[in-house]
Amino acid sequence: MNAMNRQEENDLKRTVLEIDITNHPGAMSHVVGLFSRRAFNIEGIHCVPVGDRTNSRIWLLLQADARVPQMIKQLDKLEDVIMIRQHENGHPVFGELLA
Amino acid sequence: MTETLTGAQITIRLLERQGIRIVAGIPGGAILPIYDALSHSSLIRHVLARHEQGAGFMAQGLARVSGVPAVCMASSGPGATNLLTAIADAKLDSIPLVAITGQVPRAMIGTDAFQEVDTYGLSLPITKHNFLVSSVEELLEVIPRAFQIAASGRPGPVLVDIPKDVQAQAIEISAWPAPGLALPAPQADSALIEQAAALINSAERPILYLGGGVVHSGAAAAAIELAEKNSLPTVMTLMALGAMPVDHPLSLGMLGMHGARYTNLLLDECDLLIAVGARFDDRATGKVAAFCPQAKIVHIDIDPAELDKIKTAHIGITADVQEALALLLPAIEKNERKNWVDRNNALKAQLPFEMPDVDNPRSHFGLIRAVSDCLDDDAIITTDVGQHQMWVAQAYPLRRARQWLTSGGLGTMGFGLPAAIGAALAAPQRTVVCFTGDGSIMMNIQELVTACEEQVNIKIVLMDNATLGLVHQQQTLFYGERLFASQFKSSPDFVKIAQGFGMAALDLDRVANPVAALQEAIATPGPCLIHVSIDAEQKVYPMVPPGAANRDMIGA
Repeated sequence: MNAMNRQEENDLKRTVLEIDITNHPGAMSHVVGLFSRRAFNIEGIHCVPVGDRTNSRIWLLLQADARVPQMIKQLDKLEDVIMIRQHENGHPVFGELLA
Repeated sequence: MTETLTGAQITIRLLERQGIRIVAGIPGGAILPIYDALSHSSLIRHVLARHEQGAGFMAQGLARVSGVPAVCMASSGPGATNLLTAIADAKLDSIPLVAITGQVPRAMIGTDAFQEVDTYGLSLPITKHNFLVSSVEELLEVIPRAFQIAASGRPGPVLVDIPKDVQAQAIEISAWPAPGLALPAPQADSALIEQAAALINSAERPILYLGGGVVHSGAAAAAIELAEKNSLPTVMTLMALGAMPVDHPLSLGMLGMHGARYTNLLLDECDLLIAVGARFDDRATGKVAAFCPQAKIVHIDIDPAELDKIKTAHIGITADVQEALALLLPAIEKNERKNWVDRNNALKAQLPFEMPDVDNPRSHFGLIRAVSDCLDDDAIITTDVGQHQMWVAQAYPLRRARQWLTSGGLGTMGFGLPAAIGAALAAPQRTVVCFTGDGSIMMNIQELVTACEEQVNIKIVLMDNATLGLVHQQQTLFYGERLFASQFKSSPDFVKIAQGFGMAALDLDRVANPVAALQEAIATPGPCLIHVSIDAEQKVYPMVPPGAANRDMIGA
């Protein structure tokens, strides 16, 4: 594989962050704001309330670049965020969109 | 006992229970219920600012001096937007603040009502956390939590937006929540502490790098103990000045863009950098790839997101820095490091920090030293932003944590005067000196009247060069001397302005003996403005050109 191909492969690599968060009108803004103010594009969002609807679960589809570990740390600092998991190999909620 | 109280009364009672005794703010339509409740409080003194940004910076002055969250208030719409700069400034410098804003009634939110603005949305990226209170019951949880968040971990500002109808609605209260206090910080990993100690003990040329976190966590004494035990030459960021007395034998003073030549050059030589409560800001590091190129890095910070953010740490420890230093100290060997300390002293002697004309109190360095000669270490020093700020950072003998209040991260002109008022309110027994420039003071000059109204003991030393000095300097050095929009064609008579606001004022240009006049003005209690003309051609040197490596300083 030549360098160009590796570069192209990296460009296409995606990762999914799954975030448990308090369910209120501002929570989503807190999450997406962290990305937009760093000019980091979120390529896909899926969000549903869970359990008794006090919390929501958000899945973010992102380009897997070097900024992701810092983004996870910043997400972890949000008061509303309860838990974050990273799915390096994508997640079924985005189905064929990942293909 | 059950009481029936409105949201406004609940808010004020919660502030009282929190121990808040001073709030700064300006009332307006959407926060009038809270102001009405505040008027009945016998515990809380309200300081009426003349612009909400002034109120925000007064609260910052209170918080920076006391170390605990302080409160500012504003109404909806323009009141809230005027607060934003002071809140953003608190975010960048990790200052605990609780900003309370009025909002239009819930039913009118989203209708473009009079003085409606999306305060929640606007404050989102500049607060540690923010709340739009949706019911009166929620206040009982939100207000203590706001204080807890502001004070916990890495401190920061929290905004609470309260719709007017929530303020007016009454509920029965039978029990009060506990005040919101800082949560304990995560414990430092003892294995990492041991590894850090081993790196420090085996280093040949270590440097200790102190940031604002050392001040926030009360770790200055522990940092000095560490430095002395292992003979660690110590640099400080702008935010950390005073954590180690700048005239301590191990102090290398401030690093970075306007640090002394020897400071930045010694950082180039170090083989271990011990960063404590510092965040590798670009003004400190210069071109990051060229910062401490030979050094391994030990990084201790309460905020895990700061570790590996700019520079990858060989050992990164998430902890309150005071607690981490207390764990680290017993594992550190006594070491005199004769070779390294000698090398430091030799370079200091070879390339001393130059202060031309320091004996002349009408020169910038001479004035700063003449002011410091009138004061002891109990004094509090605030600055605005610009050349004067950097000269004071370079030349004032800061020797105490929380002695030095300056806008570091955001670099907000207009910070100095209201922050000085807040500092004087927090510590009325101390003399507070605000060094400012003619550009900066114009950005919050209305607070001169607040200073008079409150009769705070502040001395404003106005270094007037009739320019925006740092802009003038950069245009001169980096834009082919094309001076544009950096020279004021018209300047006010600042002495008359101050007197017009009711403040004593002195023009040092017009006195025969400036030292004696300074001494008298500073020794006289109450607010005073001291005006001094300085030479607009003077530069802040050394200077690392923006984007360059710290070793490539120009000037001096």
